[in-house]
Amino acid sequence: MLLIHCPYCNETLPEVEFAYASEAHIARPTRPSETTDEDWAEFLFMRSNVKGPLYERWRHVHGCGRFFNAVRDTVTDKFLTTYKAGEPRPDLSSLTEGLK
Amino acid sequence: MTRFNAFNLLKNAMSGHKNWTEQWPDSQPKSEYDVVIVGAGGHGLGAAYYLASQHGITNVAVIDKGWLGGGNTGRNTTIIRSNYLYDESQRLFDHSVDLWQGLSQELNYNVMYSNRGCLMLAHTVHDVQSFKRHVHANRLNGVDNRWLTPEECKEYCPPINIAKDARYPVMGGALQERAGTARHDAVAWGYARGAAARGVDIIQNCAVIAIRRNADGSVAGVDTEKGFIKAKKVAVSASGHNSMVMATAGVRLPLESMPLQALVSEPVKPIFPCVVMSNAVHAYCSQSDKGELVIGSGTDQYVSYSQRGGLPLIEHTIAAISEVFPIFNRMRMLRKWGGITDNTPDRSPIIGKTPVPNLYINCGWGTGGFKATPGSAHVFAHTIAKDEPHPINAPFTLDRFRTGRLIDEAAAAAVAH
Ligand SMILES: Cc1cc2nc3c(=O)[nH]c(=O)nc-3n(C[C@H](O)[C@H](O)[C@H](O)COP(=O)(O)OP(=O)(O)OC[C@H]3O[C@@H](n4cnc5c(N)ncnc54)[C@H](O)[C@@H]3O)c2cc1C
Ligand SMILES: [Zn+2]
Repeated sequence: MLLIHCPYCNETLPEVEFAYASEAHIARPTRPSETTDEDWAEFLFMRSNVKGPLYERWRHVHGCGRFFNAVRDTVTDKFLTTYKAGEPRPDLSSLTEGLK
Repeated sequence: MTRFNAFNLLKNAMSGHKNWTEQWPDSQPKSEYDVVIVGAGGHGLGAAYYLASQHGITNVAVIDKGWLGGGNTGRNTTIIRSNYLYDESQRLFDHSVDLWQGLSQELNYNVMYSNRGCLMLAHTVHDVQSFKRHVHANRLNGVDNRWLTPEECKEYCPPINIAKDARYPVMGGALQERAGTARHDAVAWGYARGAAARGVDIIQNCAVIAIRRNADGSVAGVDTEKGFIKAKKVAVSASGHNSMVMATAGVRLPLESMPLQALVSEPVKPIFPCVVMSNAVHAYCSQSDKGELVIGSGTDQYVSYSQRGGLPLIEHTIAAISEVFPIFNRMRMLRKWGGITDNTPDRSPIIGKTPVPNLYINCGWGTGGFKATPGSAHVFAHTIAKDEPHPINAPFTLDRFRTGRLIDEAAAAAVAH
């Protein structure tokens, strides 16, 4: 079972308390009427589906209920970090350094 | 290739079965092919087989990073059915069920296709309405599917608990009698043997590292662990790794790769005559010819390439099995495993051309592509050979995510397989 750290509750809790919410840092087009079909497809459907460290969203559904972001290695399922929604992407090289 | 028949069986029995020839050679890559297929699962091997047998294209290599059939083909729970909601899906999956009927004869290989029937249980009013809608949609297209009362469900499959006081009582079920199961490994082996006999090279333990493109953008070939292989056409059928492989050609896909797990019990005498799926309680079950119960449910919730999956999901699955079939609640489970499934947002596959000339993709089979192996391989081979889709896979384009013409089986069924 994954153990996930909620940055709002500041607690590390079992996976069953959380719901996955897919890739993070995908911004909704700000001018919908001017957005092309290609850009809508990119926003709605295309995903990087990374094998390795992936920026992703989780929601603490059975806790505080809030969305937050995480970086998790999709090969080992190990969480590299979690951080609050709205904070900038953490730099990958600083996160993966300790792993080698 | 030695044909499997009574005479050869007898002949080889004389020498203690020690002189059978190998079923396919372990090929090394040539420098150039007409078609390179990435991924030696059922879909890739099947496409190679149909390219050779139906389109006369035999200068073909199927390349796999592991051993053939070691991906989801060899990890799945082998449910075969075609009772999908939309016309496009029904045509695709029923085409496959048609091909399953004669596949053992066609391949001269016993794929153990057994049309033992698949019963999908309804536990809520919504289930009843939705499954009846499926039954009607199927019957309009001549696809077998019919409605059973709870008592008829119990008669068809006695281990089902239809007690009124069950936590999720059975309110009926949709039965497709033409549905069933097959032997997954045999499907990969049968296609591999048939393709190799027609000249196809099957190259194992050789990962494709990147797809190389010409200056004009078209496909040049593939860089592999065993060097560069030139190819006029490249076709990708790498299930969970499709996004990674296609990204090397600059093509983004609407896929997320998630672990799907399955487990088997200790073997017992025949007790479970068909396949039963319960999407609301969330588990499905059949019994293999070896006697094990073969059990599965949905994917883990997160993207992962770990081919393992988490235990909470197994607990959830077993809880559901114990609820629907209380008779099994003291059965011991022998082993569990996971495979990495590539899921599209509408839960329908993508089979067709890509923005890159001479690069083809067969992906997004997610949790339910074993049943489609013959049909998908057949129309994919057509697409590669003719550089245009077969009418059956024409709606399953990558472009539908731009136009919005989705084939939304995800909304229709909520659960796949
Ligand atoms: C537990 C489980 C249960 C399932 N149950 C069912 C079911 O009941 N019914 C059903 O219809 N479907 C089911 N499925 C789905 C089904 O297994 C798949 O949709 C189907 O087998 C996919 O076949 P494939 O040939 O496309 O992929 P695979 O068999 O996965 O083959 C893809 C191959 O590509 C290779 N590959 C990947 N990357 C590279 C690379 N870079 N270079 C070279 N080779 C590469 C892999 O090694 C692999 O062998 C299930 C799946 C799982 C995991
Ligand atoms: Zn929280």
